[in-house]
Amino acid sequence: MHTKTLVAAAVGLGLVTLSACGPTAGKDDKTDQGAAGSKTVTLVSHDSWAVSKDVLKDFEKQSGYKVTVLKDGDAGQAVNKAILTKDHPQGDVLFGVDNTLLSRALDNGLFQPYQAKGSQLIQPQYRADEDKHRVTPIDTGDICVNYDKAYFSKHKLTPPKSFADLAKPAYKNLLVTENAATSSPGLGFLLGSAASYGDQGWEGYWKKLKANGVKVVDSWEQAYDQEFSGSAGGRKAHGDRPLVVSYASSPPAEVIYADPKPKTAPTGVASGTCFRQTEYAGLLSNARNTKGGKALLDFLLSREFQNDMPLNMFVYPVVKGAQVPAEFQKYGPQAKTPQTMAPDRIAANRDQWVKSWTSLVLK
Amino acid sequence: MAGPVAFFAVFFAWPVTAIVARGLKADGVWQFGRIADVVAQPGIRHVLWFTTWQALASTALTLLLALPGAYVFARLGFPGKQLLRAVVTVPFVLPTVVVGTAFLALVGRGGLLDALWGVRLDTTVWAILLAHVFFNYAVVVRTVGGLWSQLDPRQEEAARMLGASPLRAWRTVTLPALAPAVAAAALMVFLFTFTSFGVVQILGGPGFSTLEVEIYRQTSELFDLSTAAVLTIVQFAAVGAILAVHAWTVRRRETALRLVDAAVTARRPRGAGQWTLLAGVLATVALLLVLPLTVLVARSLDAPDVGYYRALTRTDGGTFLVAPIWAIGNSLEYAAAATAIAVVIGALAAAALARRDAGRIVRGFDALLMLPLGVSAVTVGFGFLIALDRPPLDLRQSWILVPLAQALVGVPFVVRSMLPVLRAVDGRLREAAAVLGASPWRVWREVDLPLVRRALLIAAGFAFAVSLGEFGATVFIARPDQPTLPVAVARLLGRPGDLNYGQAMALSTVLMVVCAVALLVLERLRTDRTGEF
Repeated sequence: MHTKTLVAAAVGLGLVTLSACGPTAGKDDKTDQGAAGSKTVTLVSHDSWAVSKDVLKDFEKQSGYKVTVLKDGDAGQAVNKAILTKDHPQGDVLFGVDNTLLSRALDNGLFQPYQAKGSQLIQPQYRADEDKHRVTPIDTGDICVNYDKAYFSKHKLTPPKSFADLAKPAYKNLLVTENAATSSPGLGFLLGSAASYGDQGWEGYWKKLKANGVKVVDSWEQAYDQEFSGSAGGRKAHGDRPLVVSYASSPPAEVIYADPKPKTAPTGVASGTCFRQTEYAGLLSNARNTKGGKALLDFLLSREFQNDMPLNMFVYPVVKGAQVPAEFQKYGPQAKTPQTMAPDRIAANRDQWVKSWTSLVLK
Repeated sequence: MAGPVAFFAVFFAWPVTAIVARGLKADGVWQFGRIADVVAQPGIRHVLWFTTWQALASTALTLLLALPGAYVFARLGFPGKQLLRAVVTVPFVLPTVVVGTAFLALVGRGGLLDALWGVRLDTTVWAILLAHVFFNYAVVVRTVGGLWSQLDPRQEEAARMLGASPLRAWRTVTLPALAPAVAAAALMVFLFTFTSFGVVQILGGPGFSTLEVEIYRQTSELFDLSTAAVLTIVQFAAVGAILAVHAWTVRRRETALRLVDAAVTARRPRGAGQWTLLAGVLATVALLLVLPLTVLVARSLDAPDVGYYRALTRTDGGTFLVAPIWAIGNSLEYAAAATAIAVVIGALAAAALARRDAGRIVRGFDALLMLPLGVSAVTVGFGFLIALDRPPLDLRQSWILVPLAQALVGVPFVVRSMLPVLRAVDGRLREAAAVLGASPWRVWREVDLPLVRRALLIAAGFAFAVSLGEFGATVFIARPDQPTLPVAVARLLGRPGDLNYGQAMALSTVLMVVCAVALLVLERLRTDRTGEF
């Protein structure tokens, strides 16, 4: 027993020695972040988190806090990990819980109440949990079917506009979507169809889609970069599906991340197939730096961050008066009448729907 | 011995137990009844069945295609052999996110098969099987070929002189000597394909699921920890059984064989048969291994003035807090630290295992050291999160977590590479040194070290390459400001747009080149007695 303890200590000592020559040697000041009144505040988020450097610097300068960001896989993973580590969280604020996962986070007591400064400016349709203020909406975006403009003009075919169109014979074998059980856009598309056709009707709709040759793949990367003929990756991979479930902001991204930039986006959005997602942030229940966490939440709602966010994360701001970039308006305007669903209705049905969907579409 | 045991207890057994307990314990009581419930579900039974048969089929196909390769690499001399041997090993260490993309260019739409015969294999089980061959070709070539090249060819020649047909001579002389190596290779391939994750997810689509994929879905997407825990235990049991058989064949393999220097057994091909075989193997390698890798390189160059590579040095775009190019530095630093840990732990373990007086328990530990190769990365990752999160070991914020997780995968390779050499060191040398008054440390330094130095370097190289390519556990714990190459590639692939896609291809190519260079250095250091890889 004694030798084991000794060895454990030796291993530990070895680690400490090793850490002296590690990638962060000298600049790693995170060991004291647990202390009260710490000057470091930690944001836990998913992989899509992004912010302009100078905007973040501004916040650090004004508030006096240094921000550490932990990216934790996709949105589902980030929430699941936050729940697992609830008693001893990895950070102070979690950003990136969307309306499809909100109930899982709230039911597990992930957040503590805090009404962020500026929350009266949030547009009413995005507000949630208003009596307790455990979460703050930060951004919103639409999951929509994207289409490959070149394909449709070459075949002299009108692109689909609505959920109903997708089941029409003219669009047979053209659509690729994601597995609703494993992918957030896949789930959004399923929920959009359920919102559109109702609890009774959506299964019938998917039977028609299946008969019409819808293809299901596991991830957005697979659907968009490989199967979809309209994206940069899909063109190179000889993708042969001109319709894909993606985001309303994907067409502008195809322009912004191109060199040279084309005059128009190569892809468009089927405006009647959209499902609106809202992403929330909240102060974690056992956050060690609650003061810093609150300041960080205020910052996420601030005009500066809200204006900066769209071109970094390809989402829309939620506060009144925030600027939507011109590229968004030009290449992929936001849907006027997206489907959406209250988080508690999603919570009550999600698991059952996904189960039925899996046996209906995948089996 | 105590060192490796403590390492595995703290960084493997404890985290995995913690996450399994989280799923299977209710109010402090283990719910073992859940195991029967979950296994009885038809969906899960289907997964178990698919996992097993695809692994068997993959193993058979890999042996079928790679054994001729093992022969060619062992017995025939041809220009560029070293380079080719490094190249066929590259897939083994490439992350599956990259390989899946590349492989679709072979079997997907518009791929070679599609262009030639209109055959598309994506989302069929054939794509999975062929990709498994792609990944594991090197395992067979190195394990079987390594031994084959050291078998004395004169034994087979003697049989021929005595009138045996070539086939009979091979069947009665060479095959029995090779059989244990073939069995060991087959078991390794079976282990890797049984726990296959990325290949099945990317190439198979949602219609196919292995145990490993199902554990990931249950943990990461559905958050059904209880089902995930049961599946982890089931996979553990299966992998444990495979490893027990593997350990047994490895021991059998160490029966006395007359081994000669590999350099003298390889000759220029003679006769139509050997030339045809060489051509066939080269064609297989070109089609199945080199072509998908070439596609990656071609796509990374598909912009004027190597634009994708130049874009790697910029920070704009917001995906990263630093320019993607820095991921190379991060990867190298992490891999160096992981290699240091893996070599220290692995060498200690190998030294303990190689002792002639090693008992059954110690030898059983040999199999246990291999277990991390068979446990899902998501289980280890989640386990790290909930087990190593408070003093005295609060490592969640520490960069050391990444090399630790990578070292877990590297240690088995170090042990496997060093054991055969250490076992071959004549114990009397050590005794003589001790009798002459050398301290144990000095004995190690003066006797063992010079003999195992090359094996150690080879082991370090393998651990380094494996760490470079490790994705599953790293993506869970890597810090956002310090992504590794595979993590950066995955992040770039996760965003729409030409530049992101092109940069992902460029970074993948960089990873490939770094891996290949590491392996080429290895080839230079190859000794006549290599390990099992």
